[in-house]
This record gives sequence, C-alpha cells and structure tokens, in this order.
Amino acid sequence: MNGARTRQKVAFFVLGVATLLVMAPIAMTILYIIKNGIGAVTWQFITESPRNGMKEGGIFPAIVGTILLVIGTMVFSLPLGILSAVYLVEYARDNIFTRMIKLSVVNLSGIPSVVYGLFGFTLFVIFLKLGTSILAGSLTLAIMSLPVIITATKEALEAVPASFREISLSLGATKWQTVRHCVLPYAVPGILTGTVLSLSRAAGETAPILFTVAAFYLPRLPRSVFDQVMALPYHLYVISTQVPNMPMRLSFATGFVLIALVFLMNLVSIVLRAHFRKKKQW
Amino acid sequence: MVAEAIIRTVNLNSYFSSLQVLKNINLEINRNEILGIIGPANSGKTTFLRALNRLNYLDPAYSQDGEIFLANQNISDLSDTVLRKKIGIIFALPQVLPVSIYDNVAYGPRVHGTTQRKKVSEIVEDALRKAYLWDEVKDRLDLPAPRLSGGQQQRLCIARTLAVEPEVILYDEPCSGLDPISTAKVEDAMQQLKENYTQILVTNNTKQAARVSERCGFFLMGELVEIGETSAIFTHPRDKRTDDYVSGRFG
Amino acid sequence: MYRWEQMSARRIKEFVIESCIRLSGLLVIAFVFLIFLFLLRDALSLFRVYRLGEFLFGRNWQPVSEPPKFGMVPLLLGSIYVTVGAIVICVPIGVASAMFIAEVAPQFLKHVLKSMVEILASIPSVVLGFIGIVWLGPFLRNTFNLSTGMCGLTGSLLLAFMALPTIISISEDALVSVPKSYREAAFGLGATNWQTLWRIVLPSASSGIIAAVMLGVGRVIGETMVVMMVTGNAPVIPHSILKPLRTLTATIAGEMGETVGGSEHYFALFAVGLVLFVLAFLINLLADVYLRKARK
Repeated sequence: MNGARTRQKVAFFVLGVATLLVMAPIAMTILYIIKNGIGAVTWQFITESPRNGMKEGGIFPAIVGTILLVIGTMVFSLPLGILSAVYLVEYARDNIFTRMIKLSVVNLSGIPSVVYGLFGFTLFVIFLKLGTSILAGSLTLAIMSLPVIITATKEALEAVPASFREISLSLGATKWQTVRHCVLPYAVPGILTGTVLSLSRAAGETAPILFTVAAFYLPRLPRSVFDQVMALPYHLYVISTQVPNMPMRLSFATGFVLIALVFLMNLVSIVLRAHFRKKKQW
Repeated sequence: MVAEAIIRTVNLNSYFSSLQVLKNINLEINRNEILGIIGPANSGKTTFLRALNRLNYLDPAYSQDGEIFLANQNISDLSDTVLRKKIGIIFALPQVLPVSIYDNVAYGPRVHGTTQRKKVSEIVEDALRKAYLWDEVKDRLDLPAPRLSGGQQQRLCIARTLAVEPEVILYDEPCSGLDPISTAKVEDAMQQLKENYTQILVTNNTKQAARVSERCGFFLMGELVEIGETSAIFTHPRDKRTDDYVSGRFG
Repeated sequence: MYRWEQMSARRIKEFVIESCIRLSGLLVIAFVFLIFLFLLRDALSLFRVYRLGEFLFGRNWQPVSEPPKFGMVPLLLGSIYVTVGAIVICVPIGVASAMFIAEVAPQFLKHVLKSMVEILASIPSVVLGFIGIVWLGPFLRNTFNLSTGMCGLTGSLLLAFMALPTIISISEDALVSVPKSYREAAFGLGATNWQTLWRIVLPSASSGIIAAVMLGVGRVIGETMVVMMVTGNAPVIPHSILKPLRTLTATIAGEMGETVGGSEHYFALFAVGLVLFVLAFLINLLADVYLRKARK
C-alpha cells in the first residue's frame, strides 16, 4: 500500500507543478504590464490625442473608438442573438433544421478572426458600400459575437423552470406572451452576463477591424457612423510594430489601458452574476 | 334536474410515441357536477385530464385520435388560448409564479386583454374570495407568492384559474402535497364553486373522491372501467376490478 | 365577451413577432453560408488565372515577384509548425492542470485557479503579441543564441499560453462530469485517489479531453495577431522552429493592406482565407462529434 501512496504523492506533486506553470506566467504577465505601464497612465494620457506620429500625447481617440465599436457591436448582436436563442429553445422542433442551426452556431464560433475581417471587408465595406467605417466594423464584430450571445441566452432560457411556461399556457396565454412575461424576464441575468463577456472580447479584437474600420492615425473624433476610427487594440499593434523609436512606456501604457478596459468589463459581468444569484426568487 | 353534458369524449385514444396511454375513452361530464376520477398510478387519469385542455401537446411525443366536445362544439375548432380560458387546471404541486399574489391572479386577465387597473383589481378580489383566500391575504397582496404556505399557494392557483372565468376546472391531485387542514379548505372551496363551475377531480385518494364527488369514474391501465354515482361505485360497483380497487385489494 | 377587433390585432402582432423569431434562427445558418460564399467568390477569381494545383502545392509564396507566385505550402507549413509546437506544450500542461483543479485542489483554491484561467482567457491577443515583442522574443534570442527572437518558437509558446484556457476548462468539465458511481466503485475496491483518477476517471473523460484538444488546435490555427507580431515575416518553407516563418492567418492580415482590390494578390488572400475557413470548419465539426460522445 505504501507504494501506491507514494506514487500518489509524486503524481499530485507533478500535477501541482503543471498548474503552477500555468498560473505563474499569468500573474507575471499582468504584473509586468502594470509595472511598466502604470507610470505613464496619466489623466492627459487618457484624454489627449496622439501627437508626433503617436510618439507623444494620449490615446483618447482610440479609447472613444473602442467604446463606440463596443456599443455598435451590442446594438447589432444583442437583438439577433437573443431572438435566435429564443427560437432554438422555445419554438424549434427536434428536426434536421434545428440541428443545422446548432451546428452553424458551433461553426461561427470557430471561424478565425481574420477570416471575419475578410468577410466583413468584402460584404460590408465593398459589397454594401459602407466603406471602412464604424458601421462596417460593428457589423463584423457583431457576427463574430453572435455565438457567445446565443449560447449564453440559450443556457439562461433553459434554466427557467418549465413550470412557469406550463402555468402561463394553461391560463390561455399565447406562446409569445409566455416567453415575454414568464421566461425572458427570468433569463435576463444570464443574458446580461453573457453579453458583457462577449462585448469584452470584442473590445480586444484586432483582426476583424484591421480592414473594416481601423485608422492608423486619426487624431480627431469621428463625426458619423460612416467614419473610420482609431481603436485600442489596433493602436497597440501599430505602435509596437510600425512606429520606429516609439517610447516604450507609452506602449506599455496603451497595453495597460486596454487590459484595464477588458478586465473592467469582465468584472462588471462577474458582479452582475453574483448580484443576480443572490436575488434569485425560485 | 336533468343532467346536461358539458364535455363529451368520443373514442379518445392517447399515445406517447408508440405507447398507448388511453384506450377508447367514451365519457360524459355533466354541467355543474364534481366528477371524481380514480385509479392506480399510470392508469391514464392525468393524461385524460390534460387532453381536455390540450396540455398534453406540450410534449412533442404526444398524439391522439378521437374527439372531445365542449358544450357540443368540437374543441379542435377552438384555438389554444380560447380553450384554455374555458377549461382551467390546478396542478398537483402548487405552482406559483415568483411574483406577488396580486400579479399571480392578475396574470390571466392581463394576457387576455384586460388592462385597466380598476377592472383587474375587481377581478383579483373576486377570484380570491371565491377561492377562500381573500381574508388571509387582503392586506398583503404585494407579498411574493412563493412565501405563502402550500395550502395557501394551492388556493392561489384556484384563484388564478378563476380569474379568467372558466366554465370547467380540472384538478390534478391537488391536495397530494397538502396537510389535512389545507386539504379541507380546498375541498370546501370546491363545494362552493359547484354552483357556477363544472369540476373534474383526479385523485389517488379514494376517500377524497368519496367525500367530494357526485359521480366517479374508475380508470385502470388506460381504460375507463366503470363510471357512475359515487355512492354506487363505492358500495356496489358493477365491475370486479373496481371493487378490488376501492376496497384496497390493490392500489 | 371577446372583442373581435382586439383579438385580430393581437393575432397579427403575435404572428409578426413569431415570424421575426423564426427568421432569426434562419439567419444564423445564412451567415455561415454567406461567409463561405463570399470567400469562395473572390477565391475563385484567383483560380481563373492561376492554377489551383500551383496554389495548393506550390512551394513559393512571392506575391510581388514577376510573375507572382502564390504557392500556399510555406504558409500552411508555417501554421502547422507553430500549431504543433503549441499543442505539444499546452496539452500536457493543460490537461495536468485540469486534473489538478478538478480532483486535487481544495474548494477555495479551485475558485482562485479557475478565476486565473478566466483572466488569461480575457487577455487580448494583441497584448500577448506585444509581450512577445518586448520580452519573450529578446529572452529567447539571448537564451538560445538566435539571430532573431521573432521566430516560430516564440509564436508557439505564446499560442500555447493562449490555448490553455480552452484546454483547461473543457477538460475540467469532462473530468467533473464522469459519474460519481465510477469513482465510488473504484474506492470500494481500495484504489487511491490517484489510481482512480489515472485509470478510471481520465479514460472515461477521454472524449471530452480530445474535444478540448481539437478546440485548442482550432483556436491556435486561427490566431492572427500573435503570430503576425512575433513569428517574423518570412513566407518560406520553415526548416526549423527557431527561424522566422509565416502562417496562413498572418499572411492575410499582413498583406491585405498592400494589395489592390481586384488584383491577383487580392484574390489569392481570399483563397488563403477560404482554406482557413474549411480547416476551421472541419476541426470544429470533429470536435463537436467528440463533445457529443462525451455528453453521452
């Protein structure tokens, strides 16, 4: 028996080391960015425009651009994602059509981000003549975000007790009335957390916006949805690969702001989830 | 008083996938009576009940043939919303929506188009009175319904059903989760409702059927074995199987 | 009792809403087809003037030479090299971590570890690429005495890092959903925790873990920014992972800005995109098959 116990200790130790090999770099990466970037993150940095080919000044237009893209993504992906999930859970019957839809959702989630960029370029920028614009970028990011929203909404809807639906239908309500009054309101928490999560991912994406919206150096703010715009991920990419003699501390600061924004959105999603779990009434 | 049939089933057969659950049910239910439906588990009693307001179709594996008439009109001519307004149901475990008492009862009228606050409040109070719940909750209509006791919740379900003004009320073993006092209150409510509603009570408790119903039908393995006056069913049933069941030789 | 005008209006409204809902379900399928079709349309334009065989099997990717060469092999090999390199690193470590989190870690540690993994999952790829440029690249260059730190290995390491959350969370799900009865049977026979884990739980979670690996592969093959920033920029057939190379994804992202719409180069990039789409489609299809097996 001793042999087995020793083997177990060794095995578990090895597993622990492997886990450490994962956790340590995560912590180090975050700390590395914070340590090198936080110094340059001043109020001016956040609120000014870049100057001198991005080597000086702030990143305000990029922050605004990212926020605009997130809003645009939400506007297009949220209604479509929720309705698709409602269809899958509440209306669809178990046939080949439904299986195709589920397969499509899986496929959409696996398409490389740069392929979305190509698609967005050829459909929205060229074919629909929207040009490189906030509109084209948002639409591209929205299609990319659909699978996450659909999956989160689907899970939230399925978690609502079946008895609610039965009660509503037995009183003579229509299917839509049942969904609207007895199902959706109770799925909102799950939908919300899933949405915030998917938007935080959209905020950090670079490839889909490379050809559809991102501008290299656009110090002024956009005037309409047909304008190009700067964006934080693209900005970080450009200054770290294409600007010679870029002051390191500004690059780190940009990275810091981007991570901070994404983490803030994730935090909101976590807080929402905890808040709704407490309030659960059934 | 001549008994008038308000519901008639003609050669009703029910299937879940290939399993036949009801076999050739021919049955009449008279206006303003309380009809008891008794039988052991899995005899098709609940399926029969839920066939009347088409709730069985919530299960995609369900199919049926035969006809059901409500007041001489084939129910397949009625839409789901109209049918379920006329025939309401109380489930076995008290199922309340996680909203206030008021909103639970108001739900039905609201989905059917009544939205004026005053009218809805009148309907809510009327329904709660008929379900013998008004006095206990009139001061706290905003209380979330799940906070009520089991018996109160079940009477809330009755009020909720009454609020849409049905003609028929179905009860699917409504007191199975309740203590004797709550059960008595529910049975009292049923007696009072007899005046204006037809009621069908499915129950595993033969004594309850004997207390409450005027006529009784005995279901066994999907067949309607016997139906008649309650006193006759319990004292001198015509079929041996009925006799075995009501005297407790099997259950 | 029934106001018929009201009833009809309600019916119409209901019908409109239900139609919108049904349409939304359809749109998801439509998007997949749309993406495929638009990629195909522009990719086919290439094959009108350039032989398909040359594209698929050609060993030279030289879009600006005269005549231009669009052989995909160096790019495909580049993608394969970094992917294999990444998988070799992240699968053992990832599955081992999943085992630790699922079976060994006490409750509070489990929460911490899972949160850390979620944090990793949310780091944008461009930030990791940035770290590759400013730290990992120079570090590898100094350690291995390379001519440049911008090589396949740098990419593989970072990609392995990025794929870890996928591998860990799906493997952990697979391990946790092994029925308790299996474990209890093993304990009843006197097995230790480790023996149970190694001989019973792990094998029965294998479908889920294989699915996790495939999804990890899909994630790595599709990654763009990291590879664009750190693997150098050499669209040549790679002979070593310590040298610069180019992946399919980085080619599209890097060269799109330099093409003229409607030119051969432009269509060639769409052909590369189509290849990526098909690859990702197949990998995800396979992964889904294994996930279904796991759920049974």
